[in-house]
Amino acid sequence: MRLLAAFLLAVIAAPALAQGSAPPAPYAYRQLDDPAQEAAAQELMETLRCLKCQSQSIADSDAPMAGDMRHQVRIRIAAGEQPEDVRAWLMQRYGDYVSYAPVVSARTWPLFVLPIVFLLTIAAVLWRRFGKGKV
Amino acid sequence: MIAELGHAALWMAAALAVLQLVAGALGIRDGEREGIAILSRPAAILQGALAAFAFAALLWVFAITDLSVKLVAANSHSMKPMIFKLSGAWGNHEGSMLLWVTVMALAGALIAAVERRLPERTMQATLAAQGFVALGFYAFLLLSSNPFERLPIPAAEGQGLNPLLQDIGLAFHPPTLYFGYVGLSVAFSFAVGAMLTRAVTPDFARAMRPWVLGAWVLLTLGITAGSYWAYYELGWGGWWFWDPVENASLMPWLAATALLHSVSVLASRDALRVWTIMLGVIAFSMSMLGTFLVRSGVLTSVHAFAVDPERGSFILALLAIYIGGALLLFALRANSISEGERFSVASREGALVFNNVMLSAILAVVLLGTLYPLLTEAFDVRVSVGPPYFNPVSAIFALPMLAVMAVGPLLRWRRDSFGRISKELALIAAIIVAGLIFFALFEGVAILPLLGLALAIALGVASFLPLRGRNLRRLPVSVWGMVMAHFGIAVALFGMASESAFSNEKLAALEVGQSTQVGPWEVTLDGIEPVAGPNWTAIEGRMLASYKGGEPSEIAPQSRNFWAPPQQTTESVLLTRWNGQLYAVMGSEADDGRWQLRLWWKPFVTLIWYGGVLMALGGVLAIIGRVRRDLKRRSIRRKIEVRRADMEELR
Repeated sequence: MRLLAAFLLAVIAAPALAQGSAPPAPYAYRQLDDPAQEAAAQELMETLRCLKCQSQSIADSDAPMAGDMRHQVRIRIAAGEQPEDVRAWLMQRYGDYVSYAPVVSARTWPLFVLPIVFLLTIAAVLWRRFGKGKV
Repeated sequence: MIAELGHAALWMAAALAVLQLVAGALGIRDGEREGIAILSRPAAILQGALAAFAFAALLWVFAITDLSVKLVAANSHSMKPMIFKLSGAWGNHEGSMLLWVTVMALAGALIAAVERRLPERTMQATLAAQGFVALGFYAFLLLSSNPFERLPIPAAEGQGLNPLLQDIGLAFHPPTLYFGYVGLSVAFSFAVGAMLTRAVTPDFARAMRPWVLGAWVLLTLGITAGSYWAYYELGWGGWWFWDPVENASLMPWLAATALLHSVSVLASRDALRVWTIMLGVIAFSMSMLGTFLVRSGVLTSVHAFAVDPERGSFILALLAIYIGGALLLFALRANSISEGERFSVASREGALVFNNVMLSAILAVVLLGTLYPLLTEAFDVRVSVGPPYFNPVSAIFALPMLAVMAVGPLLRWRRDSFGRISKELALIAAIIVAGLIFFALFEGVAILPLLGLALAIALGVASFLPLRGRNLRRLPVSVWGMVMAHFGIAVALFGMASESAFSNEKLAALEVGQSTQVGPWEVTLDGIEPVAGPNWTAIEGRMLASYKGGEPSEIAPQSRNFWAPPQQTTESVLLTRWNGQLYAVMGSEADDGRWQLRLWWKPFVTLIWYGGVLMALGGVLAIIGRVRRDLKRRSIRRKIEVRRADMEELR
């Protein structure tokens, strides 16, 4: 399996991301043989943005670029990489924009802090309404 | 000529909206019978008629394909079938805004004509608010998106013959959502009217309720239909993408859901006055925001919006005026509206408050996740917020809400104890635990779908518990509505959880004659046929699909190539069984001559949309029940008055 993947990597890595009329990369429309690896790849693909589409993941798109990215994800997972490493590699390459799963950073902290604020607000509202045995 | 008449009618309708606003404002100041205040209702009715005339004029120029009208030349074609000529009238920016304002004016005319329960002062204030909102949209239409604009030289032929857009679903999906948005605008006007005249009463809630319910039903149907359309059309089996356009319709729905519960409490218990007003303002704000997101082009790119900001800025300004104004009014008046009747935590109201707060939190999360990327993009930082964020974060609030939803309808109004319903609580808890254990036995079920499956079953059972010990024949129709809507949520939730827990995917490359397995299905590629349509050619895969070795069914998904404009689309085939759908998509030919197929087996996926339809039906039952009861109440009141008058005469 690993040998096969290494072979594929060597053969495909270079032209894989070339756009245009090139035939789709083999693993764009082909599943991995190992169901566990395929499931991991699928789960990862559903959280990566297709950069050529509007609001679709690469798991939901016919765009050639999405196919190439699916291919990349599959061969890397097949080569034994962890899904989060593949995500990191893609983010390095295409920017944070490619990942639908925001991580806490200087740019995204409000996304995580505000829901906690909502929770606290809810607690406060409910406490004011019902707390202290008020009827 | 017809186009000019439509244009003129639109100007006159706008003038009447001004009259409505002024009359209402003077009515508040000087009293409802003074001066022009009495013109409020006639102005609203006439405004509705004029707007309807303008829209009819637009339909007419589309029906006869008047190519000297710019909008027709850009969006229609003489060869289109009549139904798509007509739907083309609102299938574009200008036409859809005209449809919006027409429906809004007709709704205003309707309340002006029939609503007599509220104090006249409150009604005039409501109509003034309605006129004020309508005025913004008239200004938008007349100043920046005139649908009746003529071309200096009539076009030889229209441009709009894109076959992809000639879809009956696409023709009726946007108006459904618009009607829902407009229903919320009426609720908003009532809320503003009640705030201005300090008349937040159960009568006000009863007047507002059918509009909230109607809006909620239409939004539910619109979202359900949109989700199914995306599911079969996009060809990858996804049914919800947390796409900003989808969120734009989900947010008003969440607010409307909270509002309709809150307004019911106000109508029957005279509690939650402030909260109802607040939600009335928020619900329409979300509709406006949704319209802004979809109509302004801000979604395609914040920068594109900044380059050509005329329309977007206009809607943004309207948004700021209406939402800001209403919130300011709310801030000024909230203190003077008393909270209404009190209640304890273990009561129907208590559960409803809890769930309304949770719904509002989900709304806030969706709003945050939708707007945050737009905000950072303005500062050239691109962030994507998608399912990995929305699913877990909204689940934090949705799961407790669903649990409380199972219990709430069992509680009594005002004051109850959980001890009284301990048997039911034990039953619900037992089902949840049993469900969790049962579904955990299946391999690879993630935590959220697992919780969803167990909660869905518990909720499905619990939604019928309010019926126990009641005389089913004499039960009010609106209770049936509630039961059905809550059961619909359980059904939809089960479909969603099952789809994400048990879907099977198979990407296969087959030679003719070969077969492949996906879940319990065996699919054999029987043949490949070239097919031609009026403006496309296609590769059709003839397949035989057999469920667990049973009688095979023929399916024939296509991969279509349109030539003008060149575009490739997939015509997927859905094979529906009672327990799920087989989803088949034809791919292209691989290098070695084999054919690529994409197959999914999605157990119980159809329940998602059946659940949505059940919810909407429940809403319709609730409207019927409520309106019937209100009419009965009104006729009783009238009889009492007549009798009292008779007594007076006898004396």
